Amino acid sequence: MDRFQTMTSIATEAPIDVNGVIVPNRPGGRVLAVLRDAGASVPTLCFDDRLEPQGTCRMCLVEVEVNGRKETVASCTAFSEPGMSVQTHTDEIVEYRKTLLEMLLSEIEDPSKIGQTEALGDYEFQAAVREYDAQPDAFNPLDRRKKVADPNPFIKRDYDLCIACFRCTNICNDWEQASAITVTGRGQDSTIFSKFNNLLMESPCTFCGQCVNTCPTGALTNRKLADAVMPTPMAWNGDLAEEMLQSVPGPSGDFVPLGPGTAVDRTSTICPYCGVGCGINLITQAGDLIGSEPDFSAPSQGSLCVKGQFGSWDFINSDERLTTPLIKNAQGAFEPASWDSALTLITDKLKHYKDVDGPDSMVFWSSARTTSESNYLAQKFARVALGTNNIDNCSRT
Amino acid sequence: MVGKGAMSNSIEEIAGADMLLVIGSNTTEAHPVISLRMKKAVRRGANLVVIDPRKIELTRWAKRHVQLRIGTDIPILNAMAHVIIKENLYDVEYVAHRTEGFEALSKHLEMYTPEFVEGISGVPAEQIVATAREYAAASPKASICYTLGITEHSCGTHNVQAVANLALLCGNFGRENAGVNPLRGQNNVQGVSDMGALPTDLPGYQKLEKPEVREKFEKAWGTPLPKRRGITKITAMDQMIKGEVKAVFIMGENTVVSDPCSGHSRRALDAAEFVVVQDIFMNDTARLADVVLPAAAFAEVEGTFANSERRVQRVRKAVDPPGEARADWRILLDLFDYMGVPQDLDSASEVWDEVAALAPILSGISYDRLDQEGGLQWPCPTPDHPGTVFLHQDEMDSGLPGQFAPVDHIPPVEEPDDDYPLFLTTGRRRSTYHTGTQTGRAIGFEELVPHELAELNPVDALALGIEDGEVVRVSSRRGSLEVHAKVTDRSPKGAIFMAFAHPETAPTNVLTIDAYDFITETPEFKACAVKVEKLSRSESTGTAAAD
Repeated sequence: MDRFQTMTSIATEAPIDVNGVIVPNRPGGRVLAVLRDAGASVPTLCFDDRLEPQGTCRMCLVEVEVNGRKETVASCTAFSEPGMSVQTHTDEIVEYRKTLLEMLLSEIEDPSKIGQTEALGDYEFQAAVREYDAQPDAFNPLDRRKKVADPNPFIKRDYDLCIACFRCTNICNDWEQASAITVTGRGQDSTIFSKFNNLLMESPCTFCGQCVNTCPTGALTNRKLADAVMPTPMAWNGDLAEEMLQSVPGPSGDFVPLGPGTAVDRTSTICPYCGVGCGINLITQAGDLIGSEPDFSAPSQGSLCVKGQFGSWDFINSDERLTTPLIKNAQGAFEPASWDSALTLITDKLKHYKDVDGPDSMVFWSSARTTSESNYLAQKFARVALGTNNIDNCSRT
Repeated sequence: MVGKGAMSNSIEEIAGADMLLVIGSNTTEAHPVISLRMKKAVRRGANLVVIDPRKIELTRWAKRHVQLRIGTDIPILNAMAHVIIKENLYDVEYVAHRTEGFEALSKHLEMYTPEFVEGISGVPAEQIVATAREYAAASPKASICYTLGITEHSCGTHNVQAVANLALLCGNFGRENAGVNPLRGQNNVQGVSDMGALPTDLPGYQKLEKPEVREKFEKAWGTPLPKRRGITKITAMDQMIKGEVKAVFIMGENTVVSDPCSGHSRRALDAAEFVVVQDIFMNDTARLADVVLPAAAFAEVEGTFANSERRVQRVRKAVDPPGEARADWRILLDLFDYMGVPQDLDSASEVWDEVAALAPILSGISYDRLDQEGGLQWPCPTPDHPGTVFLHQDEMDSGLPGQFAPVDHIPPVEEPDDDYPLFLTTGRRRSTYHTGTQTGRAIGFEELVPHELAELNPVDALALGIEDGEVVRVSSRRGSLEVHAKVTDRSPKGAIFMAFAHPETAPTNVLTIDAYDFITETPEFKACAVKVEKLSRSESTGTAAAD
């Protein structure tokens, strides 16, 4: 083989060194993708995989060296190059990240709020503050962002925790294209505003919840879920809290919030509504179902609509659920019955119709709402136990 | 026709299409997450054309809104095919190698000129021509998406055939980012059919009329199977009224609220001698039952749902069912025991394994794979098969050439007249789902859509002297109800729109007609005739009545 050709091929395919870990280049890809391949972690407060990178929070800055040229770049926006060498945690960069975090902390009136929903897990900002040991009192406090009185039932907006990363407005405008929220003001005065009078209920907001799911600080939270894990919702919010509390309906059933001390469990499953089949995690706390969130690993990529985001669990907890078999008495009223007596009554009747009127005098209607396994057994029951093909489902209606 | 009832392509592929023809689908409200892929496609530069009688939200992203008269989908689709054939814009090679019946179609479509169809549909001929040309030019990266606006008509099957003709002409079956994509309405509407809960099919769409299929299942299930095909729900209701069907077992469906012409379904269930309902709530259907069994809800069971793109996904148990409620599959196994035919099955996973052993399209799917790889799209015949992103790649799924099916315009069974001068068309809203038994209990949702709304065009509202928000009476030949009017140009002149999620105050389906597609027996929810009347304050009774 020609020596020169070999050299060229090595040069174009030269791998990338990330803190000593060697990974292949991703032609046309960003440095951040390569970092992830190498298992290196940098805070990415303004980054959402589904959006174009912004490079504004500067937390993902890394030192790169290529062809002897050294630079500090934002890894979310910079393109990777063959043979690049990347340092993610030089002393200088670590100190820089810490300083940035401390500046962000100085904008927050009550930094203790950052961990208020800790039962649900860390927010990215919270995790970064801990990792870099950023101190809330390192800088003099700055003017706070305004709190918003927006008593909608779903999304809690506390811009005291806002760090102006604009992930919420980008996801709303670029991904959802709902155009419900926008940035208003400049620099330190910039804040998030919903059309037209800053009430989401009166804006084009569809309550898809994507802003909540992308928010890295907890400035935006799922109100129903956050209230469930905080024993005294919004106690820190003064007069605003009272106004909001009055507008927030209580949790359903006899559910009692357990507070931040109790960690939650997540169960990956599928939204029960339409046929898109978006992935959701059901969130339980000590055996109680308290909410849901998108499952970002599903093909739906974290997208949900208002039903999956805010409406997939209340009905489960409803007091009106059927909890026992019921048999209608001679007066036409339902009476609770044991499973044994209900199943005996049903199968005695079915056997009677099968013997006397023939199997085709019975029909079984299966359901597009229940699992495939149950539907399989339903058609098998009709065909094998009843002896009829009179099995149909509601897909016609 | 080319194969089974399912999306030919995948949801993610929609984002990569060059053209999206969305017909009879209010996607932003009925399938919000699929609409995101459409918006993404438009941002990429794709051409979106919305064909819909209503000025739905999605039209904001569309290059063109083809606002056809209700029930004139076939003429529009035929005229598009007419233009494509006449201007030689179809895929000659594809038509020659992968289809059958082109000559007959071509001859059939001669009369469907855009000018002729303009008279039927109210759509300007030049819009039809432009849409046809664009569809042909974007092929084979042109995707047609439809929903119940196509199927819930008495001519629903013919509507689907007209859609398929167009896709076959331009070679859009078996190509990436293309296809014909019915967006399925319910979480497991795909799965219920996949499982053979159909009067004609055994699991995996195996036809029970075929002796070799029956033989295979008889051997596996160890019992002779009934040969005669079953009856559909619609036929069954007629036979209940006639006294021929005596017993009905209803699992998880609020049929008297969701079915058309509620009076009819109620009469049918009243006529049946023995009704069992298995559900999670005491709904209007359960009230008519002799025995009600408490079922576990989705959050309380293990299992799978199959979504609109044929993807089988795991449903997992997060909490215990309330009281004595049991999973549907467990109740059915109990029933088998009590009938004296016990099944050697004890978990959802074991049930799935039996399905996979019997249904070749699902044979490669196991709970282990679903846990490790996430959802898998059928056909997935073997454990090493990655699943099928889009169908019909090398040949049509049916194994036969794609069949052109010449179809003609069939108007809705009931059209507006002097007595009932407006069309009623029904559908969903984003924040309410179906009969409202679940979204109706979701805290906060009552603030989004507090009550049912009859969406009325401003011109009609003015003529009737009706103001936005006013309570009006809507009546059809079958029933009558009171409902809040919403004056909006989303509704075309001459038509109102209602959902059916507030049955306690405005049971929309007392109005709808019991007319059905004569092949699939899908009800004509999308068109019936009604009148809207202004109420004086003293007249308002707050009542609804079914005939």
